[in-house]
Amino acid sequence: MKVPVNITINGRRYQRDVEPRQLLVHFIRDLGGVTGTKIGCDTSQCGACTVLLDGIAVRSCTCLAVQVDGSSVTTIEGLAPAGTLHPIQEAFWNTHGLQCGFCTPGMILASHELLRQNPQPSDEEIRHGLEGNLCRCTGYQNIVRAVREAAFGRGQ
Amino acid sequence: MSARIFGSGIRRREDPRLITGTATYTDDLALPGMLHAAMLRSPHAHARIKRIDVSRAKEAPGVLAAFTGADIDRLKPVPCAWLLPNANLKIAGYQCMVKDTVRYVGDIVAVVVAETAYQAHDGLDLIDVDYEALPAVTDPRHALQPGAPQLHADVPRNEAFHWVVAGGDIDAAFKNADVIVKERIVQQRLIPNAMEPRAALAQWSGASGELTLWNTTQNPHIVRFLCSVVTGVPEDKLRVVAPEVGGGFGSKIAVYPADFITCFCAMTLNRPVKWTETRSENYQATTHGRDHIQEVELATKKDGTILGLRAEVWAGMGAYLSTAAPGIPTILHGLMLSGVYNLPAVKEDVHGMYTNTTPVDAYRGAGRPEATFMIERVMDKLASTLGMDPVDVRMKNMIPRFENGHTVITGLTYDSGDYPAGLKKLLEHVKYAELRKEQSEARKEGRYMGIGLASYVEICGLGPSQVAGAIGFQGGLWESAIVRVHPTGKVQVFIGASPHGQGEETTFAQLVASEIGVDANDVKVVHGDTDNTPMGWGTYGSRTTAVGGAALILATRKVKEKAKVIAAHLLEAAVEDMDYADGKFFVKGSPDKAKTIQDVALMANVAWNMPAGVEAGLEASMFYDPPNFTYPFGSHVAVVEVDPETGQIALKRYVALDDCGPQINPVIVEGQVHGGVVQGLGQALWEEAVYDENGQLVTGSMLDYALPRAGALCDIEVISTVTPSPHHPLGLKGIGEAGTIASTVTVYNAVMDALAPLGVASLRMPMTPERVWRGIQQAKG
Repeated sequence: MKVPVNITINGRRYQRDVEPRQLLVHFIRDLGGVTGTKIGCDTSQCGACTVLLDGIAVRSCTCLAVQVDGSSVTTIEGLAPAGTLHPIQEAFWNTHGLQCGFCTPGMILASHELLRQNPQPSDEEIRHGLEGNLCRCTGYQNIVRAVREAAFGRGQ
Repeated sequence: MSARIFGSGIRRREDPRLITGTATYTDDLALPGMLHAAMLRSPHAHARIKRIDVSRAKEAPGVLAAFTGADIDRLKPVPCAWLLPNANLKIAGYQCMVKDTVRYVGDIVAVVVAETAYQAHDGLDLIDVDYEALPAVTDPRHALQPGAPQLHADVPRNEAFHWVVAGGDIDAAFKNADVIVKERIVQQRLIPNAMEPRAALAQWSGASGELTLWNTTQNPHIVRFLCSVVTGVPEDKLRVVAPEVGGGFGSKIAVYPADFITCFCAMTLNRPVKWTETRSENYQATTHGRDHIQEVELATKKDGTILGLRAEVWAGMGAYLSTAAPGIPTILHGLMLSGVYNLPAVKEDVHGMYTNTTPVDAYRGAGRPEATFMIERVMDKLASTLGMDPVDVRMKNMIPRFENGHTVITGLTYDSGDYPAGLKKLLEHVKYAELRKEQSEARKEGRYMGIGLASYVEICGLGPSQVAGAIGFQGGLWESAIVRVHPTGKVQVFIGASPHGQGEETTFAQLVASEIGVDANDVKVVHGDTDNTPMGWGTYGSRTTAVGGAALILATRKVKEKAKVIAAHLLEAAVEDMDYADGKFFVKGSPDKAKTIQDVALMANVAWNMPAGVEAGLEASMFYDPPNFTYPFGSHVAVVEVDPETGQIALKRYVALDDCGPQINPVIVEGQVHGGVVQGLGQALWEEAVYDENGQLVTGSMLDYALPRAGALCDIEVISTVTPSPHHPLGLKGIGEAGTIASTVTVYNAVMDALAPLGVASLRMPMTPERVWRGIQQAKG
């Protein structure tokens, strides 16, 4: 049995018939045609699949496509207008906040959520705010620096 | 060479695609007609398959095929590529798919191929398997004991190998010792946890007999070599591509059964087939690391002078020998037991043991963290036994500065080092005396502050191919580069190594730019595709810069030499009279009349006016086989505070001093150190792959396996010294593994130092709050 859903991804509407069990992350990657959203685990531990659902960060591996029928999803590809970078993306680049890049889309969107809730976080608040996202490359230090730069400006 | 580019922390060229989500990893690929594979893995650690029936799975919606071990006879066994000599090595058959006996939870027994990944996984639920469970063994030391369950009929006592390193008169050392310190260390089993799970996409062209495999690998050329052996597809018709690869840490060096099965499915069904592991599958079946039980004793004089080190190690290898596995607890571990010290005698026995567990292979540091831990732990024990400061026992025994070769008792010749200077600089940086004062104040207040120290040297830049052959490595260890200058002076570089997060697209562009005076943005580094890159042995063992970087710089110099000949011709001058600076060739003394590298590139490519006998084009290749390994080194300090009521360890400060020779891009070097240190801290404080007595992986998902998270860490301070390697064209040594090699024992020593007043002498890693608390209670008696 398939169910019709209507999900907007990065401003484009996708009307598809999906199985009720289909995860949002698979909808985005397989039907939405944008693969920047990553799957790093199967237990909602790593945060690589983080997207913005109507502006709020969620793990797209932990919700079903049918649950978000009618919603609007922003993935890493849609965070900034084409050809431009969002200040958080720019900050990750400036501070060497990534290495292999696999956790990065989720990390950037989790940072977006962190700054939405707390625009001027302390380093400690940044570290706690990113507890739900795993990175195996950077030791988090430059990610913290990136979020700090995104919040307070370059060189902060 | 332009100092502006070499040594500058420019932003990475890789990042724009990564921060915008437009990079393409293996699982992001989709081909027309692509099918999806799912592997059925054994739920038993040791069992006989009595019956397996895939007929119901074959009938399921969307399923095109299901295969069992009996169907895939065409695939050869998975090869072990490190045939350790003089070690009585016994390689047990490692079938891609098991037909009769499964030997670990994760062994593959069937595959289902379907239109969608969901349908393929549904199909797995419809396969009926009758297993007859057999007793399992997971502890490497237990596996050697009489009566232990036997994994392989042709491997008595489960011993895959018994390797010995010996040098000097070890019996005399212990006979003449005033002091002997002993330690039993468990280097627990770890799961590498690259954030990108492994994946394979195979495309077969039946008409041409050509196979393309997109694969999450650190070494596509090795995959092509071994995939050719296993599948029978000749190398000229086999293309392996490592697209964007999301970290490896050693776990993407090995070749894997699932990848070959995916190839088999594509070849059999004549459709592209993709397989991507789930994280739980990754935990079960992608290689693990470490898993040593170590018993070590150190003989010294009463003034702290080391006389000898003796050790026995039981190294768990898992159910089969993975690609590089035998070399890791032996060559990369046992030969490094001298560390940074003068060690007159050594003997170590290493038992490589088959157990009913996931195969073990390289994991960041691979053998060297296990060696460094052993030495640096007994150095601290020695200090406390003699009532000396840990700094003083180290300084007393340290190899003094050397610039061009120092041979240690295990037979290795370190390239260059200044260990005392590094340690001294570190101690000054952290104000060691003041830290100790602070500690004694804290103790008076009832706070348990600890200061931990470790010094290390690592064997990197693997390595001379002749040595590779002598130690049984079934491949070469050279690297290659092609430098091609296009008519407009833009440069493409093709390398055999395969970076996957380390940033060589940037640092290698910096190397070329510095050498021939083009903008770093005008140099594109191409890697990862066996169809357009020269053969190379891959990215691991901190070797890409140390070996591949040398190949690149020498190829670039060839280009520069040719450019000079062409420029001389264009300026109607003799080659001997030519000079070069900042991308311009000119007659000595006349820098105004110059030919730029772009001028020369255009002429070389159109070839209207070339010097006699000079070929068209501006391109050079280099295959570089290093004369020796490189030996980066350093010293680290950690400061911790332990709460004896809860057992909680708070990391207060961490300072890393590393010497990797000159740094192409210090920001990238720092990033490597940060990540490496945190991985090592993970072993000390949080991480362990736990099996129960039946061989079930208890830590089977990220819910149960504790990885370092941002909130539990402090900033890592990174400082350095610069001691060039005498044999690398630019003196570069490599930095990929340094942090991990030093940090586990550094923080371990810090915790032991903190707990010393409570009488706690050792703890098993990871040092969880519960273990710390129990350790304290036990010491209380």
